Amino acid sequence: MSAGVAIAGVGIHPFGRFGDKTVTAMGVEAVKAALRDAGIGRGGFQAAFCGTVYSGVAAGHKVLTALGLSGVPIVNVEAGCASGGAALGLGVEAIRSGRCDAVLVFGIEKMPKGIIRSSFFEPWREQAGLAVTPAYFALRAQRLMRDSDVTREHLAYVSVKNHANGVHNPYAMFRKPFSLEQVLASAVVCEPLTVYMLCSPNEGAAAVVLRRAAGGGVRIRAAALRSHLPGSVLGEHTPMCGLPDDGVPPPSELAARAAYEEAGIGPEDIDVAEVQDTDSARELISCEELGLCPKGGAGRMIAERRSDLGGPLPVNPSGGLLSKGEPLGASALGQVIELYWQLRGEAGARQVADARVALGHTVGRGANASVVILSR
Amino acid sequence: MQRIPIHDGLFTDAGALLGARCPDCERWHFPADADCPYCSGERCQTAALSDRGTLCLFTGVNNRPPGYLGEVPFGFGVVELPEGLRLIARLTEADPTKLRAGMAMRLVIVPLHVDDEGREVVSYAFAPDEVA
Ligand SMILES: [Zn+2]
Repeated sequence: MSAGVAIAGVGIHPFGRFGDKTVTAMGVEAVKAALRDAGIGRGGFQAAFCGTVYSGVAAGHKVLTALGLSGVPIVNVEAGCASGGAALGLGVEAIRSGRCDAVLVFGIEKMPKGIIRSSFFEPWREQAGLAVTPAYFALRAQRLMRDSDVTREHLAYVSVKNHANGVHNPYAMFRKPFSLEQVLASAVVCEPLTVYMLCSPNEGAAAVVLRRAAGGGVRIRAAALRSHLPGSVLGEHTPMCGLPDDGVPPPSELAARAAYEEAGIGPEDIDVAEVQDTDSARELISCEELGLCPKGGAGRMIAERRSDLGGPLPVNPSGGLLSKGEPLGASALGQVIELYWQLRGEAGARQVADARVALGHTVGRGANASVVILSR
Repeated sequence: MQRIPIHDGLFTDAGALLGARCPDCERWHFPADADCPYCSGERCQTAALSDRGTLCLFTGVNNRPPGYLGEVPFGFGVVELPEGLRLIARLTEADPTKLRAGMAMRLVIVPLHVDDEGREVVSYAFAPDEVA
């Protein structure tokens, strides 16, 4: 039996827009807070893993250099929206292997405004209009609506729900509720998605200290990362072509299966989840892929308000990416921190009653999906 | 005006898309490459794809995405070809209410923009082949 892994401390820099403040400065704040929370300092951890996409060369090193914490191995991890989840997985493995007693995992990001531009796409593909991120989201939304009873009102309600939750999150970018009418009436970006159904790329940082578990506390039960299989034209790896087959298991489903097996529990045991909601449809697709509702059951889940804060399985109590915004490298660890607080009963007005088992999920370009399961 | 394709190897001068077929798994892919993205075969053969297909999914893009050089709004969707291949493609029709799943589509080579040297850069798109 490999070593158990617990969260020893967390630190977060709010997600939002912070002018000229550097990504390194944001990382320093989050890391300092996490080390203080864990009660350790320099020499208290044996490895560091930093998730980031847009921060350039040796971004994690810049943060730890500023803190005088060099010497341990520092690994920078890029896996699109799943970067923080990938970094966490490496940290968990470093402890499970017996190589480290404690590790620092953090995520940092400062992204340009507007539609995310990605070096993943060849220039000609951008020039020809074949690299439009929200259009891919819209096609997935349309497929969900074709294959189930999900309506535009359901999509709008995901945004209403998450923004209502985000009002109570001091680390969220948008802390304002929206009505169903407002979401539906906002500008159409790509039919059926309106501007309030899409998250904003932004800035922020999140840090978590992991330690070998000595019983009790919030444990990391699984941290799985899986990539895509070939064949799906709407896969997260945004291929140019695919097969006439809608049955190719997506990376989120593969990661979820692996995580449930690693944790020895099933989706029915989850009390609270933070899932990828880069757009409203993505949250519903995530719930189906993670087994949090039956295939084709996301419309019913949202219509019956089952994923509301007061419902049987609250999804995105933090406000999700729709209200927090998405700093790519930091977003998965932002979820983990929210779930840590939920499991400790420290989530304030957005607390899920008696949460014992929690799931975090991200999926991004490339494509990787990460699924993290925590319990207390 | 001189016309040039947006990228070499995407389509022929006669306006057919160039795909490739894998002799190992018998599946097609686009753009053409000797390596098979499904089975890792290395002997895929380049060949012209059908210029007719059916529309599976579609949306409209209303704002100019970064790097894009054509007109907005524009259509965007998934078109299935008889070879057993689904393509991500720009659509000539930007209004989703004028599109429907299963609609017959045909390939068109259309002007995208005029480059710094005054050449017309052309790209491919799919147009409805019937009245909605
Ligand atoms: Zn093949």
